[in-house]
Amino acid sequence: MKRAFSAAVAAFILATPATAEPVAPGDVVYEDGAVAASLTGAAGNPEEGAKVISTKSIGNCVSCHEVSAMPDVPFQGNVGPSLDGVADRWSEAEIRGIVANAKMTYDGTIMPSFYKIEGFVRPGNGYTGKGIAAEEIAPLLTPQQIEDVVAYLVTLKEE
Amino acid sequence: MNFKAMTALAGALAISAVGAANADPDDDTLVINEEIEMVTKTAAPEHMEYIDEIMSGWHFRSDETQALEMDDFDNPGMLGVESAIEAWDTVEGSAGKACSDCHGALEDEQMVGVRAVYPKWNENAGEVWTLETTINACRTDRMGAEAWKYDGADMTNMNALLSSISRGMPVNVAIDGPARETWEKGKELYYTRTGQLELSCANCHEDNYGNMIRADHLSQGQINGFPAYRLKNAKLNSVHARFKGCVRDTRAETFSPGSPEFVALELYVASRGNGLSVEGPSVRN
Ligand code: HEC
Ligand code: HEC
Repeated sequence: MKRAFSAAVAAFILATPATAEPVAPGDVVYEDGAVAASLTGAAGNPEEGAKVISTKSIGNCVSCHEVSAMPDVPFQGNVGPSLDGVADRWSEAEIRGIVANAKMTYDGTIMPSFYKIEGFVRPGNGYTGKGIAAEEIAPLLTPQQIEDVVAYLVTLKEE
Repeated sequence: MNFKAMTALAGALAISAVGAANADPDDDTLVINEEIEMVTKTAAPEHMEYIDEIMSGWHFRSDETQALEMDDFDNPGMLGVESAIEAWDTVEGSAGKACSDCHGALEDEQMVGVRAVYPKWNENAGEVWTLETTINACRTDRMGAEAWKYDGADMTNMNALLSSISRGMPVNVAIDGPARETWEKGKELYYTRTGQLELSCANCHEDNYGNMIRADHLSQGQINGFPAYRLKNAKLNSVHARFKGCVRDTRAETFSPGSPEFVALELYVASRGNGLSVEGPSVRN
């Protein structure tokens, strides 16, 4: 009994280090494009992830990708591949890497890097057309939003 | 409306969006006023490295939008042309002159073909001039009038007038000789990935024309149809205003209309359309 209890506590602690700081954009470790560990230290929320993917002012992933599981989202683009069955093709770590910085997986891809804050040419302050100081640049998505998106994408299985 | 009906409708919408997603440019033919036959698809000029066939943005618009450009009575951009026709004969400035005092009446057709070769090297100034630069030089130096705002309505209307009388003539900007350096600079800008989204003109208009980016059917980003009347903002839009919007959409700091960077970019983008008909004022969404 006592043993079972401490194992459960240990599992809980492993899964949610509640006090852990999220991994900063510059500290993310990519291995062949993949990122093994959660950026927040916890699993994301797939429902929030779906929102990030389909909302124009957040991830707006559907501007380039189709997701058949979101039939009520109009005007899905086709600049990138359909995300249907993406979890059959990539592991969770690979998906996290692609969402955080797709250029680590696909050299020179048109897909924006969603968790990156430096190395931009003439970065602007959002969509104002005005410039922004380098130190004020925030990543396009927060670590939580990245994890939410990952949590949603790993559900996209066809097999 | 009950929930089921709503989702069915949304589903239908999504299906039509996905259907449109594979929409290639169409094969329609553009004849304006049942008279001016337009070249809207042709072999790419020699300097183009990655595209074989160049196409007007007209091919990427819906039938309804396309139709608005086929008759001057339906083309809302012609209102701007009309107002510029008036300005052509209007005396302004300390020299007491109108455009027509130096360049003749519009019926004399002295200005036919001018739009097709701009931007162009200006020998006296020692730099490439756009049609806007040239028009403002006439206003300040020859008329003693105030310069128009580079992408303001007066300027864009006049550009639309000069474009309308050259419709059907092939775009033919020179990129050799002294203009070469500016052209190279424009080319570099075209391929530079800007902003936090790290997108270049080429990412969208060379690598992905024909594809859908959300609700937008990506064209080759040609400027033969400028000024363009956009249904979206219900006015004539200048080339540099369009460039500014596209650069802004990469989450970048834009250049200003009339800046040396946008002049160079205009020369380069215009040269990518050498061979297409001058089409302004076009109608787009
Ligand atoms: C501007 C276009 C664009 C946007 C926006 C975009 N992507 Fe992509 N994405 C691509 C392209 C293109 C590829 C394919 C890689 C390549 O060929 O360069 C890709 C690949 C992927 C893949 C791998 C797909 C597979 O089946 O192999 C995933 C997963 C993905 N994107 C997720 C996302 C998510 C999540 C977002 C938003 C947070 C997003 N993308 C936003 C263009 C985009
Ligand atoms: C994120 C994608 C994207 C980028 C990057 C981009 N554009 Fe565009 N552009 C569009 C969309 C969408 C439209 C509207 C549909 C169309 O005509 O392609 C458009 C339209 C245009 C048009 C109007 C074409 C017509 O016939 O009306 C021109 C010209 C143009 N772009 C030039 C440029 C130039 C030059 C650059 C680089 C400085 C650029 N664009 C960068 C997305 C983009």
